[in-house]
Amino acid sequence: MNLLWTVVIGVLFATGLYMVLRRSVVKIIIGIGVLGHAANLLIFTAAGVTREVPPLIASEATALTPPYADPVPQALVLTAIVIGFGITAFALVLFKRAYQEVGVDDVDQLRATDA
Amino acid sequence: MTLLLVLPLVIPLFTAVVCVACWGRRGVQRVASVAGAGALLASAVALLNAVDRGGVLAMQVGGWPAPFGVTLVADLLSAVMVVVTGAMGLAGAVYSLGGIDARRETTGYHVLFHALLAGVSGAFLTGDVFNLFVWYEVMLMASFVLMALGGERAQLEGAIKYVTLNLIASTLFLTAVGILYAVAGTLNMADLAVRFNGSTTAAASGVRLAVAMLFLVAFGIKAAVFPLFGWLPASYHTPPVAVTVILSALLTKVGVYSLLRLFTLVFAAQAEAVRPLLLVLAGLTMVTGVLGAVAQYDVRRLLSFHIVSQIGYLLMGLALGTPLAVAAAMFFMVHVIFAKSALFMVSGAAHRVLGVYDLRASGGLYRTQPLLAALFLLPALALAGFPPLSGFYAKLGLVRAGLEAGSYGLVTTALGVSVLTTFSMMKIWAEAYWKPQPAPEGVSMHAHTPFDGLPTNHHRLEAGATGGTGFQPVGFVGPTHPAPRRVPCLRVSGSS
Repeated sequence: MNLLWTVVIGVLFATGLYMVLRRSVVKIIIGIGVLGHAANLLIFTAAGVTREVPPLIASEATALTPPYADPVPQALVLTAIVIGFGITAFALVLFKRAYQEVGVDDVDQLRATDA
Repeated sequence: MTLLLVLPLVIPLFTAVVCVACWGRRGVQRVASVAGAGALLASAVALLNAVDRGGVLAMQVGGWPAPFGVTLVADLLSAVMVVVTGAMGLAGAVYSLGGIDARRETTGYHVLFHALLAGVSGAFLTGDVFNLFVWYEVMLMASFVLMALGGERAQLEGAIKYVTLNLIASTLFLTAVGILYAVAGTLNMADLAVRFNGSTTAAASGVRLAVAMLFLVAFGIKAAVFPLFGWLPASYHTPPVAVTVILSALLTKVGVYSLLRLFTLVFAAQAEAVRPLLLVLAGLTMVTGVLGAVAQYDVRRLLSFHIVSQIGYLLMGLALGTPLAVAAAMFFMVHVIFAKSALFMVSGAAHRVLGVYDLRASGGLYRTQPLLAALFLLPALALAGFPPLSGFYAKLGLVRAGLEAGSYGLVTTALGVSVLTTFSMMKIWAEAYWKPQPAPEGVSMHAHTPFDGLPTNHHRLEAGATGGTGFQPVGFVGPTHPAPRRVPCLRVSGSS
């Protein structure tokens, strides 16, 4: 299972990186989104995927007995997803405004600031 | 006592909320903004005082005990940086009163400004790596919008580059956090330091080195270190100068602070392994930054390249790694924040007088504005490192640490870059202050630089009018900018 996730994460990182390197601004946004998913999945997997053992302390015990699913990566991923959502929304609006202003969807044409 | 740790976060957030509540009321927002920044500075000074007297302050947010909850912690470095944030926040807020037009002010400028301050303070005060990521995102989100606010063509283009590269850096940061948690099982910085420096097995150290390199790249992009600085000179000159002041003062320095924090605390063992790399990066950052600056004629772009160059000195302190070097880097960081912000502020004031940022079209300020000339010369000489000023002591510390460590090549580079910095500052002095203001033909030459926004054009007309030269050709104007939209951006005329 972990091997499968590892391959998926690798493919996502490669895809995201390839898209970010494209000249089209829209593809860059897609690339950033894919990279974000790759990072989230990596956090989720790297800490170990444990199934069907929720981190609940039994009523007679005082501490968790392993194995249990670590709740911290899930909390981290949840926060990261929310932040990523907000940033992607902003980036879409920014890129749309820039497209309206500049009229091209090509980073090679965005040279007005490099004079 | 722990209240002091929360105040630098709560005050800017509260100010931002007040400004949101008074969205359309410009006057209230202006008062709230300056008062909020003043309160932030006061709370930061109180925090510094408490830390200086009583040692490191720590607080567990929500009452969760240490490695499980989020820890806020202030040692002297954090406290000093929060004080600097407060001081720059106050200076920037006051400067914005005159430097930001009414349209930006009523579309959330003050809200974003204080959200940025909250993010920066949070990044300085947190003791948890993931929490650091969250504060980074708060800071970056505010800076993204500040960069694009106003929607001029150059701003949008600059913002695209800024946003894209910083988002990639954030993804790398997040990836590094994920692997770090998998390796260490904790994200509390103090806990990480104990676990990492307690045991060193060969297998673990390889993964740790990989994580450290991921952090180095992520923070390297944010701090504008040598191969990764491209976003900075492409974007920092596009927003109004008041925005550039606060961005240049705080953003890259948070990146350097994070590098200092992680590489002296968590990755102390890995820092040894990456030391040769850091030394090379420090030298290349200094050199490329200053060479880029020497070639520029737009004063904001010139100063932006100098930000990159100065980051090299900060990295030099981290790379040398001796107590003297790290202390000198911390002193340098405070020095460069004040010096660079002062230079940007003066360049904004000079722009009001002259109406242009292009040095070739500037001139005569020494004769017409002697006080402004003095205000430029002090931070310029401090930046170059002239003896009685702060930059001299900062560089002296770094050079001495470098000599003690035997890094003669890097010391030579640092001193050579100082000479070029002096040259570059004297170029601004000679062009904008010393020589007489060129004839109108020289002014219209400015039309070569295509990124210039409309306020400049208006100022140019204004400067032309006050100079008795009449109408002049206007530089590049984006086709979708109707001129009347920008008129409210206007401030004082050339005679002030």
